[in-house]
Amino acid sequence: MVEELFVSGHRACAGCGIATSFREVMKAVGKDVIVVNATGCSEIVSSPYPQSAWKVPYIHSLFENVPAVASGVSHALRSMGNDHTQVVCIAGDGATYDIGFGALSGMLERNDDVIYVCYDNEAYMNTGIQRSSATPWKAATTTSQVGSAVKGKPQGKKPILEIAAAHKIPYAASTSVGYPFDVAKKLKKAMGIKGARFILLFASCPTGWGLDTAKSIQATKLIVETGIWKMAEYENGKMTGVFKPGKRKPVEEYIKLQSRFKHLTPEDIAAIQKEVDASWTGLE
Amino acid sequence: MKLPISKPGTSVENKTGDWRTFKPDIEVAKCIKCGTCQRFCPEGCMGDEGKVPIVNFDYCKGCGICANECPVKCIKMIPEK
Amino acid sequence: MKKTIEGSEAMAETVQNCNPDVVACFPITPSTHIAEDLDHIYSNGGIRDFIPVESELSAISALIGASATGGRSFSTTSSQGLALMHEALFNAAGMRLSPVMVVANRALSAPLNIWNDHQDSVSERDSGWLQLFCETNQEACDAIPQAFKIAESIAIPVMVCVDGFYLTHAVEQVDVPDKELIAKYLPKFSPKVKLDSQNPITMGAYAFPSDYQDFRKDLFDDLNNSKADIMRAHDEWAKLTGRKYGNGLFEGYRLEDAEFVFLGMGSVMGNAKEAVDRMRAKGEKVGALKLRSFRPFPGEELAKAIAGKKVAVFEKAISLGGDAPIYTELTTAALEFHPNVVISSFIGGLGGKDVTVEVVVQVLQKIKGQEPLKEWV
Repeated sequence: MVEELFVSGHRACAGCGIATSFREVMKAVGKDVIVVNATGCSEIVSSPYPQSAWKVPYIHSLFENVPAVASGVSHALRSMGNDHTQVVCIAGDGATYDIGFGALSGMLERNDDVIYVCYDNEAYMNTGIQRSSATPWKAATTTSQVGSAVKGKPQGKKPILEIAAAHKIPYAASTSVGYPFDVAKKLKKAMGIKGARFILLFASCPTGWGLDTAKSIQATKLIVETGIWKMAEYENGKMTGVFKPGKRKPVEEYIKLQSRFKHLTPEDIAAIQKEVDASWTGLE
Repeated sequence: MKLPISKPGTSVENKTGDWRTFKPDIEVAKCIKCGTCQRFCPEGCMGDEGKVPIVNFDYCKGCGICANECPVKCIKMIPEK
Repeated sequence: MKKTIEGSEAMAETVQNCNPDVVACFPITPSTHIAEDLDHIYSNGGIRDFIPVESELSAISALIGASATGGRSFSTTSSQGLALMHEALFNAAGMRLSPVMVVANRALSAPLNIWNDHQDSVSERDSGWLQLFCETNQEACDAIPQAFKIAESIAIPVMVCVDGFYLTHAVEQVDVPDKELIAKYLPKFSPKVKLDSQNPITMGAYAFPSDYQDFRKDLFDDLNNSKADIMRAHDEWAKLTGRKYGNGLFEGYRLEDAEFVFLGMGSVMGNAKEAVDRMRAKGEKVGALKLRSFRPFPGEELAKAIAGKKVAVFEKAISLGGDAPIYTELTTAALEFHPNVVISSFIGGLGGKDVTVEVVVQVLQKIKGQEPLKEWV
């Protein structure tokens, strides 16, 4: 039995996909780690003083600086002769795609010895479901509302995995909490590599998405099965693998589960389907 | 000097079971011990993988992921009394 | 051994001799040579680590990570760079970490200006860092090992504040403390807690209202009580080197029988001492008081030192919408402890505006009346 390193009693909402994610991530990386956490749901639900859901060394500093804090931890370890302890960042999409983007790029460019795990639930959930640059096209959030003039987020999702990979870091990969064996496999692979490693982990937020808590994991499988989310791998900037879901399900199956998309018209859904289909050109 | 430090794993003191309005009811005879419910449970409160799930109701928030994901549908969500 | 050396290089060599585990720097405009001198040292194997971060915010953030891991950590910055660190300065202090920074004090934009004043550090007075201001490059090199000793023993970060250009770019004789000397003085950094996979802890938790204020009060008390630690670190260094700067908190110059006192921080105190000498030669009872520890502010001790005198507080910093910072705090302390003083406020030297010996003389002449003044010079 693998020891749980992210334990019960945390204050994540019922059905929280990121809680399941952290259990998976921590079981994969083991005890010889230092977790560096960005402000966000992950930190708020897991570390209200004097309790902690983390059984490994853990530090939270600020929202936007987690890659640089991790660089400092990693450099201090190596400088003091510790060449084994893994430094693992855990940060949400807001911290990663938006406010910490500069610091992330700096850490990746320096190729610091850090595993950066971004749990992507596609909005600023902790502060009340505001849009981030990870929020998908048309999704409703409290800062991309559905009104008479504007209907959901006008922009699409920032391609953070490709941006991370473009730094030519040794390893960048995306996965989904609905595929725990894939999550574990990619983290184990990352553990065997030195330098900056980036894992983009799709994780569900029933509260923010208007999703039945019971279908939290189902949604993270469906996004892969519909081909909207690719589970891909990049090594030194080049794509080296992508999980092929077989005959892709219609995107509508994923979209209709969530009230954040309830205002989408058949034309909107058709446009998403078209874009997803185009994105697989040459990959299937 | 008062250091703002917490001890590891102490969140277990915080019982989240009273958040629940539904709870999982397991038909043990049908269980194939596949570990799916245990793996996906956000609370990690379904017991050890590879065994029949034993729910720790101190923490179960009643989300229903276990029932939804169970491949043999041996878990039902029933109203909490 | 004394050598003729640029201030930045002398400070970089002193940092090297303190044996840091992690140095992280970003050369935001205006930068001094300290960062590139440290990289030169790193490139030649003189220090173990140098992180060329992509911003000042990342520099201080890397120090937070390194210090939490038990590493002796150092950075250096100025003006806009310090302002960019603002959020993380509070965070580092609140987490009770021990990084040290040399802040080459310079003006804040706008208008953009790269020359010396103290608005940058003084604006961070509430961040929870100790701030030690230095008059000379020798004093700066002496303060750096002391800063590490204080920061690492009481888990409060320390800024060594030096005047941009006036010190950083000045080439002068400095006795750079060597490795052997510093090794005798500065023990290995062994924090009470650190990030260690053998002994896991959670750092940086968030605190509910029931706990938050207790943590802030604890830091507040520890900062005020750190005066004793500063004086002890200063005295121990003085014993080893023979170099001392007053009591470590402030330094009086021809102060005892002085009736009129010029109080300031940093390099301007060189001219202040010269002005005092010239005026004393003419029989005037004047003196100078150099404030070394701006944070913690030694209000009670200062009030005692200026009791019965007329004081010109000269500041290279302002508080927009209020009175000048040191003037405000000194006035409060005097009211509380020794109200028989007349304290005047002079603001000057902003953005590198020259503060000559003559300016100091004029200031000392102006405070001879009974009424306190508030003027810009």
